[in-house]
Amino acid sequence: MDYRLSLIFTLPEIILSVSGMILLLVAAWGGVKSARLISILAVAALFGSSAYASEFLTNPSFEFGGDAFYGLYRMDGFGSFSKLLIYFAAIVSLIIAPRFFKDSGTYRPEYPVLILFATVGMGMMVSAVDMLTLYIGLELNSLSAYVLASIIRNDVRSSEAGLKYFVLGSLASGMLLFGISLVYGFAGSTSFSVIADTLTGDLSTGPLIGVVLVLAGLAFKISAVPFHMWTPDVYEGAPTPVTAFFASAPKVAAIALTVRVIIDAFGSQTSTWQQIIVFVALASIVLGAVAAIGQQNIKRLLAYSSINNVGFLLIGLAAGTAQGISAMLFYLVIYVAMTLGSFICVMEMRDVEGKPLESLSSLAGLSQTRPGLAAAFAVFMFSLAGIPPLFGFWGKFLVFDAAVAAGMLPLAVIGIAASVIGAFYYIKVVKIIYFDDPAGQIAKTGHKTENGLIGLMALAVSPLGYLTIPLLAPVTATAAQALF
Amino acid sequence: MNQLDFPILSLMLGLPMLAAIICLFLNAQAARLLALVTTLVLFALGIVLWANYDIGGPQWQYVERIELFGNFAWALGIDGISMMLIMLTVFLMPICIGASWESIKERVGEYMAAFLFMEVLMIGVFAAQDIFLFYILFEAGLIPMYLIIGIWGGANRIYASYKFFLYTLLGSVVMLIAMLWMVQDAGTSDIPTLLNYDFAPEAQTWLWLAFFASFAVKMPMWPVHTWLPDAHVQAPTAGSVILAGVLLKMGGYGFLRFSLPMFPEASEQFIWLIFALSMVAVVYTSLVALVQQDMKKLIAYSSVAHMAIVTLGLFAFNRQGIEGAIIVMLSHGLVSGALFLCVGVIYDRLHTREIDRYGGLSINMPKYALLFMLFTMASIGLPGTSGFVGEFLSLVGLYKVNSWVTLVATTGIILGAGYMLYLYRRVAFGELVHDDVKAMPDLSAREMALLAPIAAAVMWMGVYPESFMAPIRGDVGTLVARIDRAAPEGDAHLKMGQATAAPKGHEAEAGHGESH
Repeated sequence: MDYRLSLIFTLPEIILSVSGMILLLVAAWGGVKSARLISILAVAALFGSSAYASEFLTNPSFEFGGDAFYGLYRMDGFGSFSKLLIYFAAIVSLIIAPRFFKDSGTYRPEYPVLILFATVGMGMMVSAVDMLTLYIGLELNSLSAYVLASIIRNDVRSSEAGLKYFVLGSLASGMLLFGISLVYGFAGSTSFSVIADTLTGDLSTGPLIGVVLVLAGLAFKISAVPFHMWTPDVYEGAPTPVTAFFASAPKVAAIALTVRVIIDAFGSQTSTWQQIIVFVALASIVLGAVAAIGQQNIKRLLAYSSINNVGFLLIGLAAGTAQGISAMLFYLVIYVAMTLGSFICVMEMRDVEGKPLESLSSLAGLSQTRPGLAAAFAVFMFSLAGIPPLFGFWGKFLVFDAAVAAGMLPLAVIGIAASVIGAFYYIKVVKIIYFDDPAGQIAKTGHKTENGLIGLMALAVSPLGYLTIPLLAPVTATAAQALF
Repeated sequence: MNQLDFPILSLMLGLPMLAAIICLFLNAQAARLLALVTTLVLFALGIVLWANYDIGGPQWQYVERIELFGNFAWALGIDGISMMLIMLTVFLMPICIGASWESIKERVGEYMAAFLFMEVLMIGVFAAQDIFLFYILFEAGLIPMYLIIGIWGGANRIYASYKFFLYTLLGSVVMLIAMLWMVQDAGTSDIPTLLNYDFAPEAQTWLWLAFFASFAVKMPMWPVHTWLPDAHVQAPTAGSVILAGVLLKMGGYGFLRFSLPMFPEASEQFIWLIFALSMVAVVYTSLVALVQQDMKKLIAYSSVAHMAIVTLGLFAFNRQGIEGAIIVMLSHGLVSGALFLCVGVIYDRLHTREIDRYGGLSINMPKYALLFMLFTMASIGLPGTSGFVGEFLSLVGLYKVNSWVTLVATTGIILGAGYMLYLYRRVAFGELVHDDVKAMPDLSAREMALLAPIAAAVMWMGVYPESFMAPIRGDVGTLVARIDRAAPEGDAHLKMGQATAAPKGHEAEAGHGESH
């Protein structure tokens, strides 16, 4: 085993861990006023890691990837692609945070540090090829996330969100661990490749329960039905930049992790996991759509929207082909842009005193008071609903294409028909913004950074996004191929 | 590249798109002017398109293809049928902008942008040569129409806009799955290639049903037509014109472009379904139209009845039927658009569409009454107007297949005369009883300028339909040759000595000749 190579392969995580620890010390001595500096340095660290991840992705000498640390960690195109997406989401979450917290006077240097640690955890999740690396990465991310959710200490909702997340997250971790121990007991190893070689043919009850529990634990992390209950509460209670982070980066990481576990570790058990994924996918689509209809809080609504989108993503996984995984990766890119965009729009919903607004009714008639923000909101909503010509359609197109190619026609037909239910609440938001009389609650802000980011994301999901297909499609295809 | 050596179709899509974006930033009057100028330029480009169209030349003309999007291409090209529908679009658009000139006072920039965007999508749907490009443009029309109905519509606009959006979305999503399957089976998303690809007959059944779900809603066919009256009544006048004039034609175009040539066996297999639904539509919606109190609703129901004639003609599987159906589509686009404009004219004056509130308009609005009369007659299908040509041809084509269905369909013409004349009598004739109606001025110059071109086109199509039939003749021939193998046998078995030599197109006279 070549340690030099192992260290090179893990460079993105090493950079982030080291900078996270140094910045933690800076924060300890620098106090609250160092928050801005630490944010900037954290963004720089993320850019550094992104540079390495993109090097791994594009440099042909890394084309086939490689194992590090005796098969605990794997550097490949799939992991690097997911990391780039995660880093991008983390960077945006860092950029948008200071203004939000500054207005309430609660910006603390711990925020960027925690984001960095969460990102390290996510990097490990997407590169894990061993159940133990997987668990450590997952917990590192989750523990940082619990604290992030309750980072506004004197806000009841924020504390409540953190606690809820912690209790339910621990339960899920317990299930996952129990599942891992069962799988380990029957396979004799925690390594994905050994599990795949050992667990073949018809499974006896023990390993079957193990597989189901592992999938249940992972379903919690991607907030798929029936393990979605925490999502609306946590998304609503957590500060909006944190919610934007939760809805984007950890979701990418958890989905990539689920894909790797299913394809690498349980790849020989297709019939076992496929029915679970098909059920979870359809249940998420339907419940995410139906439960969102009655919501009055925009953050809760977006939480259900993310559950709904996870359902569509899982259709690509249910196909179980390289095409399906590549479709998921492309969908994730679009999903991150749409989600970050809509949450930044939510952050811009403030009254004249700068107090954040979250109710749907405060959006009424936004198109007449702030036409630009309203148009961006509408673009994100139509795009999340998957209405062409907006780019959100393309993600759905690809996963359904993969499902049809894999011969799963009933899944595709039911899934796409259920997407119409979802369209209802998305167009309801557009209706509130465009058709209703102005409520006049939302003030003009003139935040250049936020508006710039909203514009960027809106442009990415506008029809212009289709021009990126020739660039992104080969990359996602190679990344997906790395798993097979 | 094509006969003009520049990508005219891309230009026709890019120009209104650009203008739509600019409109968002302009004040009301500038936005109106820009929209009018853009739509007039597009009309001029449409004339260039028609003038340079090579009748009898290659099937697909003005072809452009750029492999822009990986999985699908920016592929455009038109045949005669597409060209006539594009002409209909670019002809109606300036009229729509003119119709909204005074009645739309709020958020004019956004309104004009929505209409220009709509025009991009409509031209794109008819010109797309890639099945996924078609789907994207076809579906994208939901967004601007949803906004047009929802923002500038009537009192119950929210309900109507939701119904329109969800109904049509539900109809077309399954079509996407069918398209994905087709492209995987055939290995190409190129429409001209798919047109000649033979899908397995058992697969055709399912594919046909998936496409039918979409086009039947868009068309709209009974019983999935219920979104139409709501959408029409609530939409602003110009929105109704576009909806009736062009959007409904997308359903017929879909049957013509996809269902028939791609799945001929399945089309024959489901002919009973089309005939049954269309027969119900013709009779039922005509009767419903007869009892309407709201003018727009009446015309909306009459649209459903007319569209049923289109489906009957299309599924007759012969030249007369299909040519007739296309002419009915064009004619209905003009006539129903004009009728909605006529309603808009008096709605702008009195702000009600209640039929009983009017009466005696021929006394104080003679010009209006004259034009309204012309469009009423065209809607009925009076010889000399466009309606007659299309309906007659469709019914002749249908008669060759099934005389009983023709009998039922023909009652639609009689009922159509019933409800249209009844409407006209109540609005234009009788005494001027209401004082506010008495005070209504006759057509302004702007309104004359909107209605007169349509009146001219309706007469032209009625008197010399050859201008409109010539470009489509070759393409209908190709289509008939393609579906001929599945054509149903007619129910009329002529027992004449040497009947086989009868030239095509003269069957209608055959019965006449017997009596001599």
